Amino acid sequence: MTVNGENRKLPGRISLSEFLMGEGFQTERIAVERNGEIVPKSSYGHTVLEEEDRLEIVNFVGGG
Amino acid sequence: MEEYTVNKSRDKRRGTEGGTGKTVTGEQLRQALLERYSPRMYEQISGGKAAVAGLGGLGSQIAVLLARAGGGELLLVDFDRVELTNLNRQVYDLSHLGMPKTEALAGILQKINPYLKIRVKQEYVTEEKAGILFQEYPILCEAFDKPEQKAMLVNTVLERCPETVIVAGSGMAGYGSANSIVTRRKMRRLYICGDGETELSEHVCLMSSRVAVCAAHQANMVLRLLLGEEEV
Repeated sequence: MTVNGENRKLPGRISLSEFLMGEGFQTERIAVERNGEIVPKSSYGHTVLEEEDRLEIVNFVGGG
Repeated sequence: MEEYTVNKSRDKRRGTEGGTGKTVTGEQLRQALLERYSPRMYEQISGGKAAVAGLGGLGSQIAVLLARAGGGELLLVDFDRVELTNLNRQVYDLSHLGMPKTEALAGILQKINPYLKIRVKQEYVTEEKAGILFQEYPILCEAFDKPEQKAMLVNTVLERCPETVIVAGSGMAGYGSANSIVTRRKMRRLYICGDGETELSEHVCLMSSRVAVCAAHQANMVLRLLLGEEEV
């Protein structure tokens, strides 16, 4: 799996929300694209990651 | 919710020159831009349409830059009013204190280009509203301050507005090097400007210069998109 351009080993069968939690992301502050498509927040729990997935995770910080 | 279109009547579009009462016509303004731009650039920029969500340090400066560049139409969205604490980094002045930011900014932009088409919405953007507000805009500048609002807007617009490209800001607080602020294309329809990490907090404040660098990155990416350049 590729996450933000880096190769990552998938730790077994895991959902996107489990993966994000394990990485320490706060889901209300991020946007995730999977294989070129935005993943709706409501799908994080039932999106099962696959070895060939390309994830792009954007984490927003405050200030504007 | 308040909505109005500035410059409804053509008669109100006349700008006056330096208090002399001399009218600056649309044609004079067009010629002034054509002294700088090629006709193709002029057409692409003046035909451009963009929305700015959040009219604080980022959004107010992005809007001014786009108005100066000769942009054609801007939608300005913010629920807030101008406060004294805003003046360290936003384009407003003392005369705007207490005014809705939408109205104050529309007034500033009209003095730069009275022929710019300005729409304003004075409201708090929610998930329900975002998809409708921005769907007719090919370009949206995300200029909110709270990370949750930024993420909500970006997620909603990417999901529900398939024709809209977002130019967002993330990471411009503090007085770190201006050189760490960059423009990245993170997704097909999402560009992010900023250092990506320096967050507004109890110990890190927002400074006019670094916020302006980020706003200029966003405005520059908007102009690049209008001119047909998709790469950063």
